[in-house]
Amino acid sequence: MTFTIPIDNGDSLKNAEADSQRTLYPYVTGTSIVAIKYKDGVLMASDMGGSYGSTLRYKNIERMKAIGKHSLLGASGEISDFQEILRYLDELVLNDNMWDDGNSLGPKEVHNYLTRVMYNRRNKFNPLWNTLVLGGVKNGESYLGMVSMIGVSFEDNHVATGFGNHLARPILRDEWHADLSFEDGVKLLEKCMRVLLYRDRSAINKLQIAKITEEGVTVSQPYSLKTFWEFKAFHNPTAGAEGSW
Amino acid sequence: MDLNLDAPHSMGTTIIGVTYNGGVVLGADSRTSTGMYVANRASDKITQLTDNVYVCRSGSAADSQVVSDYVRYFLHQHTIQLGQPATVKVSANLIRMLAYNNKNMLQTGLIVGGWDKYEGGKIYGIPLGGTVVEQPFAIEGSGSSYLYGFFDLAWKENMTKEEAEQLVVKAVSLAIARDGASGGVVRTVIINSEGVTRNFYPGDKLQLWHEELEPQNSLLDILNAAGPEPMAM
Repeated sequence: MTFTIPIDNGDSLKNAEADSQRTLYPYVTGTSIVAIKYKDGVLMASDMGGSYGSTLRYKNIERMKAIGKHSLLGASGEISDFQEILRYLDELVLNDNMWDDGNSLGPKEVHNYLTRVMYNRRNKFNPLWNTLVLGGVKNGESYLGMVSMIGVSFEDNHVATGFGNHLARPILRDEWHADLSFEDGVKLLEKCMRVLLYRDRSAINKLQIAKITEEGVTVSQPYSLKTFWEFKAFHNPTAGAEGSW
Repeated sequence: MDLNLDAPHSMGTTIIGVTYNGGVVLGADSRTSTGMYVANRASDKITQLTDNVYVCRSGSAADSQVVSDYVRYFLHQHTIQLGQPATVKVSANLIRMLAYNNKNMLQTGLIVGGWDKYEGGKIYGIPLGGTVVEQPFAIEGSGSSYLYGFFDLAWKENMTKEEAEQLVVKAVSLAIARDGASGGVVRTVIINSEGVTRNFYPGDKLQLWHEELEPQNSLLDILNAAGPEPMAM
């Protein structure tokens, strides 16, 4: 998906400002994030891949990071823009701490800040090429929301980015319910991640699941999921029709 | 056939950075091309930023030179202000700053490698777009496409300095064999607590790969060596 601006920029050397502030396409990208609310807070899953076009180039990228004490940010899309967003949020949290007033930024506030940033960049035709998932718990209340690169922002009980929207959310619509236990929540996320592994070309089999509760954020160690290939139909699919697939 | 001699100078390139038990080894080929013409067959793509931090440059020759020049300048000032050698992480972050904020105009992929007293040997990959990725080893440039499988197989943690350098030389040499935009000699730079060592491996000193033949001075040498009737079956 490219942003095409219908003005003739001609010689970009003379019109340095004209296209000096336009991100036209992403380079190193992360794929889906899937997140759900559960009994004690929010669970979020992502793989550790950074794709470079069709090459699965980086396999150790952490796409979920804790923000302050109460929030967890997951990002898909351009990794350099995600790294920049983390710097903005670092500054935000630092300035908030400097007030030293006992108050701390909750997930609602962080989500709102991100929405403003993303929408404002979109208006300048220079988006941060990410879809962000923001989950958190503050004062017993769980929060889960999403912001896209064009500034579309909303909250829900379960969210997913990219391919996850098409493959994971239908599963979640069917099987999510309020007050999931930690074990059931993890199993549900793993079900979604496994489908993504089968069907998303940019997915890799190395994932992390992060949990955020009133106590704080924990991001799991990286691990891999078993996959199933033993359907009888898989063994000899072209036996009846040579040359087909 | 259009040689496209007016094309911008591009270092198609193969560049590699590898950590080992005690430091880092940086490696690169030496070909700079202008379209289909090899403008420089013995370029030095491993550029010094400070005494203890070097950067491997790939992509546009001009862009990578100007970025490394700026960062060398910033690091020089930073070292004076800090009163001690700059760290590899700071160097990588300065490169990132320029690469990220000018992502629409720059076309250069870089590998920053060095040694500092806090973290030892470190390698940071900075591809197009300005993402920074700390890695035990990094490969960049057009020739790197041919090396993903090789490194998946050959990379081991905690290699010795000799093993690491041999791995780098082998890898660049393999990439040169298959990538038209890479060629010439293999240069390596080893950085550790003791200092910096530069090495040079000319094309004819490298191992021969599949379908490559031993270089000769002339056909005449082959004919004479084979005896009086070389063509008889």
